[in-house]
Amino acid sequence: MLRDKDRYLNIVLVSPSIVAVLIFIYGFIAWSGRVSLSKWKGLTPDYTWNGIRNYLDLFSDPRFAVDIRNTLIFTGVFVGGSLVLGFLLAVMLDQGLRGESFFRSLFLFPMAISYIVTGVVWRWLMNPAMGSRMSGLNLLFANLGLDPLVNAWHTTPKWGMAAIALAAIWQMSGYTMAIYLAGMRSIPHELREAARIDGASEFQIYRRIILPLLAPVTLSALIILGHMSLKVFDLIIAIAGKQLQLDVPAIYMWQATFDGLFYARGAAIGMILLISVAVLIIPYLRYTLKTDSQP
Amino acid sequence: MWNLPQGIAFDNYVEAFSKLSPFLWNSFRMVIPAALISSMIGSINGYIFAKWKFPGSDIIYPFILFGMFIPYQSILIPLVRFMNAIGVTGLAGLAMAHIIYGIPITTLTFRNYYAGMPQELLEAGKLDGADMLGIYRLILLPISIPAFVVVLIWQFTSAWNDFLFAVVLTGNTDWPITVALNNMAGSQIIAWNVQMAGSLLAALPTLIVYIFLGRYFLRGMLAGSLKG
Repeated sequence: MLRDKDRYLNIVLVSPSIVAVLIFIYGFIAWSGRVSLSKWKGLTPDYTWNGIRNYLDLFSDPRFAVDIRNTLIFTGVFVGGSLVLGFLLAVMLDQGLRGESFFRSLFLFPMAISYIVTGVVWRWLMNPAMGSRMSGLNLLFANLGLDPLVNAWHTTPKWGMAAIALAAIWQMSGYTMAIYLAGMRSIPHELREAARIDGASEFQIYRRIILPLLAPVTLSALIILGHMSLKVFDLIIAIAGKQLQLDVPAIYMWQATFDGLFYARGAAIGMILLISVAVLIIPYLRYTLKTDSQP
Repeated sequence: MWNLPQGIAFDNYVEAFSKLSPFLWNSFRMVIPAALISSMIGSINGYIFAKWKFPGSDIIYPFILFGMFIPYQSILIPLVRFMNAIGVTGLAGLAMAHIIYGIPITTLTFRNYYAGMPQELLEAGKLDGADMLGIYRLILLPISIPAFVVVLIWQFTSAWNDFLFAVVLTGNTDWPITVALNNMAGSQIIAWNVQMAGSLLAALPTLIVYIFLGRYFLRGMLAGSLKG
């Protein structure tokens, strides 16, 4: 079927992209990997072999321990919150209420905004200043007489990350809603009808039929949100700057490399992040591509 | 602060705009070419991965997709050094980074779009004597507008909103808006109202795109979770 001049043309046309991906993704990962096994510190590259020393140092580094703890708190609150809120919003829109497309757009809106903008706005909303300098949500609570709700937000010792996760939930629950809604729409109506005839309440239908059928959607959302939370960076920077209390691996990598010039350590953090993301994403990719190719 | 505003003051916007306008302009200059070039590359790649597979293309494809998920911290050091070494710095370097790291998502979106096109369409083109590029240009390209819109919006939004690449690849004269806004907000001397005005200015282009083309934006997002 193929004409001769077309036989290689397809390869010729995609090869620039393949070469770019090969260099900028896989080549650079290998390069980072090599830096992470070196003694490079300071402005001039130093590729002296250092084995896995940098990794061992990180795992005994108290700052990295804080990073892991913060990442776990952030992931728990952010992923959990986005899933619950996203599902509830999807159920709400699934009822076929009026103005559905308006609400769908409204909830998705934050996705189109950069984490920096979200961060700057939430920085005001969650401003921990008290007294006459009080602003944002604290001021709202105080004005409404809800003083017990006034709190230190992201400056709360130990649990500050949970406040950061609130801003991330605001940003991503619309996305979670969208994928849940798409999933709900693909469930045949007969199933719900049958359940209704059997006398199931709306709550039971969602709880016993829809939620279990949407398990693959939940898993996808879990993986997508989970890998985002491993990468969280801009949002924290915009809300709080670089504070040790709210440190995460991405910020540590940044500071180690570009502020401290500990290139080898920075590269090691980058590689640890990559491996954690890969553990989540590779099985997901395999699964999705497999189900994709089945007609 | 939570009371109804006593009148509307535009001076905050005037002040924020005067501070941020050069950086808004930088963002536009970087994002528009990046989005256009990305979509063209994605379209060609998608066409081939969907309709003109070559030996090994099914093996290469997931390796391209994986690039969409990597934490950029794992390529940041080589990226900065490489760009400096080849002399592509500032906004040009930033646009190039967005184009290259956009290859996975743009290829995915177009591949899924073209995979949905019936094979008969291509066969008809072949019978009429069109070659591979002829079929692309005469048959598929004219009906690819929805996919182009999805990818253009997606790339526009993600390049506009990016912070990490911008902060390592640009200096203070060619910062895009995200970096400028973050630095403005970080300085204690700027009043809250001006910061909020600046945030709205920084969000406005993507919001406008979103209001008019939101339906397509949703499709781009769902493609990001591979459910094209």
